[in-house]
Amino acid sequence: MAVYQSVLDLIGETPIVDVSALSPNPNVRILAKLEGRNPAGSVKDRIAKNLIEAAERDGLLIPGAPDQILIEPSSGNTGIGLAMVCKLKGYHLKVVMPANVSIERRQLLLVWGAEIIESPGSEGSNGAVRMAHQLAAEHPEWVFLYQYANPANPEAHYRTTGPEIFRDVPDLTHFIAGLGTSGTLMGVGKFLKEQNPAIQLWAIEPPSGEMVDGLRNLDDGYIPPVFTDNHGEQLLDRKTVVRPRESLEWTRKMIEVGLFVGISSGAIMAGAVRCASLIPEGESATIVTIACDDGWKYLSTGAWTDDLDEVVERAKRIIYF
Amino acid sequence: MTVSIRIPTVLRPQTGGAALVAFEGSTIGEVLNQMVAAHPGLAGQVFSADGSLHKFVNIYVNDDDVRYTGGLETPVASGDEVSILPAVAGGAA
Repeated sequence: MAVYQSVLDLIGETPIVDVSALSPNPNVRILAKLEGRNPAGSVKDRIAKNLIEAAERDGLLIPGAPDQILIEPSSGNTGIGLAMVCKLKGYHLKVVMPANVSIERRQLLLVWGAEIIESPGSEGSNGAVRMAHQLAAEHPEWVFLYQYANPANPEAHYRTTGPEIFRDVPDLTHFIAGLGTSGTLMGVGKFLKEQNPAIQLWAIEPPSGEMVDGLRNLDDGYIPPVFTDNHGEQLLDRKTVVRPRESLEWTRKMIEVGLFVGISSGAIMAGAVRCASLIPEGESATIVTIACDDGWKYLSTGAWTDDLDEVVERAKRIIYF
Repeated sequence: MTVSIRIPTVLRPQTGGAALVAFEGSTIGEVLNQMVAAHPGLAGQVFSADGSLHKFVNIYVNDDDVRYTGGLETPVASGDEVSILPAVAGGAA
């Protein structure tokens, strides 16, 4: 193995493993790209590094200068990735985070030296986005990278995740990932469609609208600019909701193939299984999915060990995706 | 064909508090039109002025977003479950 100069050089180049033992269709391979192998533990390390390096190139951040403050809304992984990069580069990060995320996500932010600003849990990620906008407007001296609208987010996936997948699995027919900021799907999707327009893109989302009790009006709705800027509606072939029970069931089934992954990875696997079961008899397919992070951050939810009904109820109240 | 529709919390004031309603139709557009005829308060929430789906509303037939399965022409069959979910900022971000 090579010796790396910095932990930042360890971001990306994640392995892909065959999990077809879980495929309901013998003619459909399912492969998982293990993003939990990134140094701060998730696929978001890729965008964290690229968001900050793009800001440095644009002169928004100056490496080595004192008292540089960043603010970002995040329900977890982006905040954790940014916090690790900021620790290495000497920036101060404030993360606006809904109150109802798992304790491990909060602790990891503190481990990396970030400051947490809580937004109301009942408002979900929307509330965090809204509060970050307000704070950024009140403090123009803070750097607001805003992952939901920053082209450096999908660009990280267009330049790294997409090419890695196509190099390792040139015969893939489907790519399935979770939809949050939409950065993974837009960046990887655009790259893959350029290589082979026949590749199908599936987006998996949690039924977040039902959990967001604080939503007063549909006009409080939100579509990430990254999605609209990249013509997401034209790029995606299918968008499907996976509910907490199915997400947790598949998170547990992943253990059977040796993968201890986070709950959103279980949701994406459930989507891949749904996709595999729709492939007509006599046809074959190769589905690549993203396992966004590992299970460590979700142990406190009892996802693997407690009664499934209880965990499902608990999952409806926390943000796990 | 009767199709049940799950109404999100934010829209329940328009259905008299009902979380589940049922209407007939062979496409999702027909079913939604029946729904807004019975609950006129939903019209401006579900549809834009030009009759297309409101930008911040997502309609799912058996958990698939209809924007990718044929839009308002997406066929529905008896027993299908329709959900209306508001578009909100997603998860792990």
